[in-house]
Amino acid sequence: MSKQSSVAFVRREMLPPAPPPPGQAGVLRWMRENLFSSVTNTALTILSLYFIWSVLASIMPWTLNGIWVAGSLTECREIRDARGLETAACWAVINERWLQLLFGFYPTDDKLLSSLFYAEPLATAGGLEAVFGAASNATDRIEFVGMMKGDLSNFTIFLFGYWRPLLAVALLVVAVAPILYSSLPRSLLFFSMLYPFVGVFLFWGGSIWGPMTVAIGLAAAFFIGRFFAKRFGLLGGGIAAVAAFIFIFLNPLPFIDHGGLFPLFPHVKDVLHSIIPFGLSAIPSDQFGGFMLAIIIGTSGIVLSLPIGILLALGRQSTMPFIRWVCVTFIEVIRGVPLIVWLFVASTLLKYFLPPGSSFDALLRVIILVTLFASAYIAEVVRGGLAALPTGQYEAADSLGLDYWKSMQLIVLPQALKISIPGIVNTFIGLFKDTTLVVFVGLRDPLGLTNAIRATGEWNGIYWELYIFVALLFFTFCFFMSRYSMYLERKLQTDRR
Amino acid sequence: MKKSIFLGTLAVAGLAAGLASAQTLAEVQARGTLKCGSNEGLAGFAAPDANGNMQGFDVSLCRAIAVAALGDAQAVEFVPLTSQTRFTALAAGEVDVLVRNSTWTFSRDTDLKLDFKGVNYYDGQGFMVRSDLGVSSARDLDGATVCIQTGTTTELNLADFFRVNNISYEPVPVQTNAEGQQQYLAGACDVYTTDVSGLAATRATFEDAASHIILPEIVSKEPLGPVVRHGDNDWGDIVGWTLNALIAAEEYGVTSANVRELAAAPTDNPEINRLLGTEGELGAMLGLPNDWAVNIIAAVGNYGEIFEAHIGENTSVGLARGLNAQWTDGGLMYAPPFR
Repeated sequence: MSKQSSVAFVRREMLPPAPPPPGQAGVLRWMRENLFSSVTNTALTILSLYFIWSVLASIMPWTLNGIWVAGSLTECREIRDARGLETAACWAVINERWLQLLFGFYPTDDKLLSSLFYAEPLATAGGLEAVFGAASNATDRIEFVGMMKGDLSNFTIFLFGYWRPLLAVALLVVAVAPILYSSLPRSLLFFSMLYPFVGVFLFWGGSIWGPMTVAIGLAAAFFIGRFFAKRFGLLGGGIAAVAAFIFIFLNPLPFIDHGGLFPLFPHVKDVLHSIIPFGLSAIPSDQFGGFMLAIIIGTSGIVLSLPIGILLALGRQSTMPFIRWVCVTFIEVIRGVPLIVWLFVASTLLKYFLPPGSSFDALLRVIILVTLFASAYIAEVVRGGLAALPTGQYEAADSLGLDYWKSMQLIVLPQALKISIPGIVNTFIGLFKDTTLVVFVGLRDPLGLTNAIRATGEWNGIYWELYIFVALLFFTFCFFMSRYSMYLERKLQTDRR
Repeated sequence: MKKSIFLGTLAVAGLAAGLASAQTLAEVQARGTLKCGSNEGLAGFAAPDANGNMQGFDVSLCRAIAVAALGDAQAVEFVPLTSQTRFTALAAGEVDVLVRNSTWTFSRDTDLKLDFKGVNYYDGQGFMVRSDLGVSSARDLDGATVCIQTGTTTELNLADFFRVNNISYEPVPVQTNAEGQQQYLAGACDVYTTDVSGLAATRATFEDAASHIILPEIVSKEPLGPVVRHGDNDWGDIVGWTLNALIAAEEYGVTSANVRELAAAPTDNPEINRLLGTEGELGAMLGLPNDWAVNIIAAVGNYGEIFEAHIGENTSVGLARGLNAQWTDGGLMYAPPFR
């Protein structure tokens, strides 16, 4: 092949790739392969398209033509007829009442609102002290607040009137983020540990020294325990910590030292409060409501039930019979009774077992029961993870000479929990949605509030708009949880697949 | 109802164990607020406005009791209760008084160890149908499908009525009034039955209210009233006579507008004078200040004013006085004499 001249033309560079023949690329090809590959497939596609179209055709005009500004359902209907529309959603009810659906009857910070945005009428009414002071007339105050809220936009009230729950939820996000995403700096975890006290202070108010003293007391018990543990071993440390806890928070000898020095906690709190009196107005739990209630019950339940559930699962697998029996009994009893029954127990029957006159916070009762209920389920989910682990892993841990807690912490639980992620998140989503059941024990959850809103003369007879709004709120949260669980599974996927 | 009776019995068992307190008034005053068991939401009777303040016919009675006990109409904590939990909550002491459109019946008054302290609204069960059904009497409803709330006395009344008239019906069970409205409007049932006050409120929300009629038959007696626990008669007296004061005030023409003026000096009518405390010491007999009734009427108005403001003919509920008119106008509202 040396006679180059005999070759008329030699291509020196590659041809650019030719476009595929028409109908063999892009959307067309995808559609042909996926939607119209066979007669059956084509028929199904057309059928589904028709179905989707007919559903959308009936829903979309209603949704998009919705009326956003109206004072009542009747007014909505008049506006609709005036516009000549066939159907139209009356979103005005959401526009007017969304704060109530989010926060229930949680009181707004009226002092802040009026001094920021309603200064002139406030001055006319006689200033802050005259309207909100201890000597003020409740009826006048409610009239004043009603007028003020009528004049301010809902968004202003949302941002400034509800700054406490808003700030609490925002800080909750900050506190939870380092736990959920390991790429964030670990120093943020310190704030996560502090958050429960910050959150309680913001939501419930009262003296700042209440949550602060509890935090200091818990820390003191912990450090006393650690101090003794170094000298007298783990058992001595544990006993010292429990003793310190009892001296701080409970009366160790109720029959001797009644109303005396012990427990230390209230005394320290009162002294600190008298030195630096600082706090927010206290808000009792029965004023909590709306979606905020679902968030509070849901988050506390989720955060508390995971550790309890893991301990129960380990206890159920324990070789010590007493621990095993206790755990099995707990799990089976809690799991074998419907949540609604436990809630009824919490709301009514518990009264009879407590000393008369003692009132046990309704919200706290519900949180405790929801936590116990979820932890029984988590325990079974985690047990599934533990059972899925080959025996070799347990034996490997033992052969390394690790003690029980170290082998669990370093080898068994990381693998078992990874397997259990979908089940755990599934339980959490269930728990979050079950918070609507508290409507039966007199707490005002979002669904209960839709009922209350419908009971007013203006909005009686309105259904879909309210339900859709509540559904969207819940969907947002549950969808996030589901996506996060998938992210976590992908991230922790270290084995071959 | 079964469940509530069961829970109520449990509650009563607990009370019998000596956990009840007989000092409700002192407790309320120490607490500074009245805990009033109320409906979670019933048009005209109890509903929150846009600012979260409760309004309504039953709510006003709660406020009146709060004025009597504490002198402040706003010092009320409203505890929302379902029809299942209401009596248990009252028996367990979670609320001081229950004003939640509860029907006064024999077994509730005796077996549940509760005390009904009067009637603030005489209700009765009725039927609503589409007018194009061509029915003018409930006796023509043979073979009709009926939407009925389960677990209420209305379910039993319905069965009784159809059996007595020897006609048949097909029940469509619904859980709540909201569901009942939807089912009825969707045509799942020909007839919707519940208390007439509820029917009127429901009908008022319909787009074409004129094409639905409420049949003339009232098939049950539903006297609704405030309830307290057995065992604290002093507190029961305060609740009962607060209601009576509201009713008597209307009878004697004492309104929120003129009550201060009438109370300033004794009038010609000794009955008004005793009610308003310008004559005699009636307040002291209840353990209350002598001008207790004046404060109540000034704060919430008399019975007629409350009725007109929340469920009267000018409201969206639009109820006529009917049985709830004063006895002098042919109704059943009749307050015992103040002497």
